[in-house]
Amino acid sequence: MATAVKEKQKSNVVLDYLRPGKAMPTVWCAGCGHGIVMNGIIRAIDKTGLSKDEIVMASGIGCSSRMPIYLDFNALHTTHGRSLAFATGVKFARPELKVMVVTGDGDALAIGGNHFIHACRRNIDITCILLNNYIYGMTGGQGSPTTPSQAFSTTTPYDNAEKHFEPTKLAIAAGASYVARTTVYHAPQMEKLILNGLLHRGFSLIEVISNCHTYFGRLNRQGDAVKMINDFKERSVPIARAKSMSAEELEGKIVTGLLHKKETTEFCDVYQSVVDRVQKGM
Amino acid sequence: MSNTGSDSTADSKQAPKASGKFKWQQGDPLPLEINMKWCKACNICIALCPKQVFEPDRDGKPVQARPEDCTLCTICWVHCPDLAITSSYK
Amino acid sequence: MAKKERVLVLGNQACVEGAIYAGMRFYAGYPITPSTEVAEGCARELPKIGGRFIQMEDEIGSIAAVIGASVAGLKSMTATSGPGYSLMVENIGYAYMTETPCVIVNVQRGGPSTGLPTKVSQSDTMQAQWGPHGDYTAITVAPSTILETVTETIRAFNLAERFRTPVTVLLDEVMGHSRQIISLPEPGEIEIFNRVKPTVSPEEYLPFEITENYVTPMPAYGEGYRYVITGLTHDQKGFTTNKPEEIAPKLHKLRHKIIDYKDEITKLRAEMMDDAEIAFISYGSVSRAALQATDIARKVGVKVGCLQLQTIWPFPDKEIAEICGGCRKVIVGELNMGQIVNYVRSALPGDIEVVPLQRYDGEILTPMQLIEKLEEVL
Repeated sequence: MATAVKEKQKSNVVLDYLRPGKAMPTVWCAGCGHGIVMNGIIRAIDKTGLSKDEIVMASGIGCSSRMPIYLDFNALHTTHGRSLAFATGVKFARPELKVMVVTGDGDALAIGGNHFIHACRRNIDITCILLNNYIYGMTGGQGSPTTPSQAFSTTTPYDNAEKHFEPTKLAIAAGASYVARTTVYHAPQMEKLILNGLLHRGFSLIEVISNCHTYFGRLNRQGDAVKMINDFKERSVPIARAKSMSAEELEGKIVTGLLHKKETTEFCDVYQSVVDRVQKGM
Repeated sequence: MSNTGSDSTADSKQAPKASGKFKWQQGDPLPLEINMKWCKACNICIALCPKQVFEPDRDGKPVQARPEDCTLCTICWVHCPDLAITSSYK
Repeated sequence: MAKKERVLVLGNQACVEGAIYAGMRFYAGYPITPSTEVAEGCARELPKIGGRFIQMEDEIGSIAAVIGASVAGLKSMTATSGPGYSLMVENIGYAYMTETPCVIVNVQRGGPSTGLPTKVSQSDTMQAQWGPHGDYTAITVAPSTILETVTETIRAFNLAERFRTPVTVLLDEVMGHSRQIISLPEPGEIEIFNRVKPTVSPEEYLPFEITENYVTPMPAYGEGYRYVITGLTHDQKGFTTNKPEEIAPKLHKLRHKIIDYKDEITKLRAEMMDDAEIAFISYGSVSRAALQATDIARKVGVKVGCLQLQTIWPFPDKEIAEICGGCRKVIVGELNMGQIVNYVRSALPGDIEVVPLQRYDGEILTPMQLIEKLEEVL
C-alpha cells in the first residue's frame, strides 16, 4: 500500500474520482455540507496515492451514506447503522484493502452505536468519516443523538429533553487511536485530517460538522447554508487554544483539530500474528 | 513555482500554468470553470470568496464578475459541494 | 484404499468440519446456546488454515461482517439460534437483495423470544424462508445425522456460491449436541463449487446482470471491478432505481434464479417408500426417529416408508407428490405447531390424508410416538 503523500494537486482532480455512469449532480440539497466533505475526501484520497481498486467505501443509510454511490471505489451501501460491521468483515477478510466508512450522526450513533463503539474498541484499521449535522435529514428532520438539548427538530417540536453525544469523546473512550474534529468551513483542515486518518494504522474517526440548513437550520433559525457555515467558523476553537479555556468558555464551541492520537496495535495485524503463531505450532 | 506575475501573463493564452502569484488579465481564459449543470446555486462560493470575484446571475449561480481579483486561492473549489468549480490554471 | 479414520464428532463440530471442507475461511458470530460450539470450533480451527474468526458485538454485526467478507472474496458463515436469527434477518435480507453468497446456521431452540435455550425445537422452519421482509426465494437445507451435518453444510456452501444467495442450514438442539462416530469425507471426495468470476473487462461488467440462466459472475473487492453494492432496489449496473421496468426484473430474478433450478437444489431421502401405504414425512432430528419407527413397523408387516426433506426451501412439493403418490396417508412429524404440514397438504392430491404429529414442549418426538400415531391412522 502506497504511503507517499502527493504534494501537488490539480483543482479538477475531483472529477477523476466520480463513478462512470452515475449522473451528477448529487441527491443532496443545494449547499449541503456533505458535498463539501465528499470534495475533501476525494482530495485526501488522491494525496495518498492509493489506487481506486484498493479502496472500499462503506456506508449505511441516510444523506451522508449516499456518498459511495457517486465515487469510483468499491462501494458498499449497506443497512442503517451497520456499515462499520460490514466494513469490519471486508477489512478483516482482506486487510490489504483500505476501508473507509462514511456515516451520519443518526446512522453511527443511534442505530449503529453498538457497532461504532466496538469498531473503536478493536482499533481495526478503518477510516470512519462521521458527518454530523445534528439531525436526520433523509427522513425529514427528526432529532438524532447529537441534536443539542433544547434544539428543535420534527420529533422535538417543543424542546429536546434529551442530552446529546459527543462522538469524539465516545470514540476516544472506546479505544479509537486517531480522533479528529473539523467543520465543512475548514475544508483544507478537513482534507488534512482525513489524509492523516487514512495514513494512520488503526481506527480513525474524523467527525466533520456539516450543515443541514434544510432541516436543522430552518427549525432552529440558523439561516441558510452560508450562514450556518460561517457560524461554524465563528464557533470553532482550535484544540491548542481550547486546552487553556474553561468549560464555561467552551460552551457552544466546536473544538477542531487532531484531538487524540495513540500508537497502539491494530486488530488485523494482531490476528495475523496469532495465525502465524498457530501455524508454526506455537 | 518561480514564475513572476509578468512572466505568467505573457503567454497565458497558450498554456495556463499554476503560479504562486496568479494575475488574470483581459483576454485570458477566465480563472475558473464553473459547471452550471451541476451548480445548485447554493451561494457558498460567492459568500466565501475573499476577493468577491463572483456575482450571482438571475438563478443565483456564480458569475466571475471580477476575474482580475482572483488569486486561485482554492477556497471556492474546495468548498463547492457539487464539485462544479475547477480551474485550468491550477 | 486405506480404511477411513473413524472419529467421534459433535453435531456443531460436524458443521465446522463441513464448512471448512467447503472452503469457508471467514466466520463471524455471537455466542448463543445451542449453537456456540460452532463458533468455538471456528475460533480454534480457522487460524490453523489461515482463515479468520471474529466474535462480533451482536448477531446483526455478525451477519454484516459475514456479508462484508463474502464480497471481499472469502466463503463465509455464521451460526446462531432463533433469537440471534431474528436479529440477523435484517442483513440476511440485504444478502438476498445484493445476491451475496453466505451460509447461516440456525441451531434451533424453543421460541418465541428467548424461549427454551437448551431445549429442542423446529419452530424456525418458516422463519428460514420468511425471515426478512420483501419478496425473495430462500434455500434451506436440513441434515438429520452428524455425517449429514457435514455433507449438508458443504452442500449449503455449494448452493450459496452457485446461486449467489444466502443459504440457511437448519439444525436443532438435538442435532447440534449429539455425537456420532463418523468418517469425514476425504479431500476431493465431494465436489466443491466456487463462485463464477467475471471474464469480461471491468468496463463491460454488469454486477447484477440478468443473464439467461441467472448466473451473474461476482468479482471480489480489489480485483479491478469497482461497482456499487446496495440494499436499495437496483438496476443491472448496481445503481438504485425507481423504474418499474427495472424493479420487476430484479425481483423476478431473485425468485426465478432459485425456483427455475429447483432440481439442482431439491434433495430428499426416501426409505422404504416404493410400496409404502403410509409415509412419515419429516426433517432434521425427527427423521432419525421416523426412520427407526419405520424399521420397527416394517418388522411387523406394516407398509410404511420414511421421507426426509434435506431441502426444505424451496419446498419440494413436486417430489413429495411423486414419492408419496401411492400412499393413502402421510404423517408429518415436526417439533413445532405445524410449519410444513400445510405445504405437504397442498403438494398432495386431496385423497391422500395428511396427518400432523406435532410436539412443542421442548422434547423430541420418539420412535414410539410415531408408532402410536401410525397405529391410530392404520
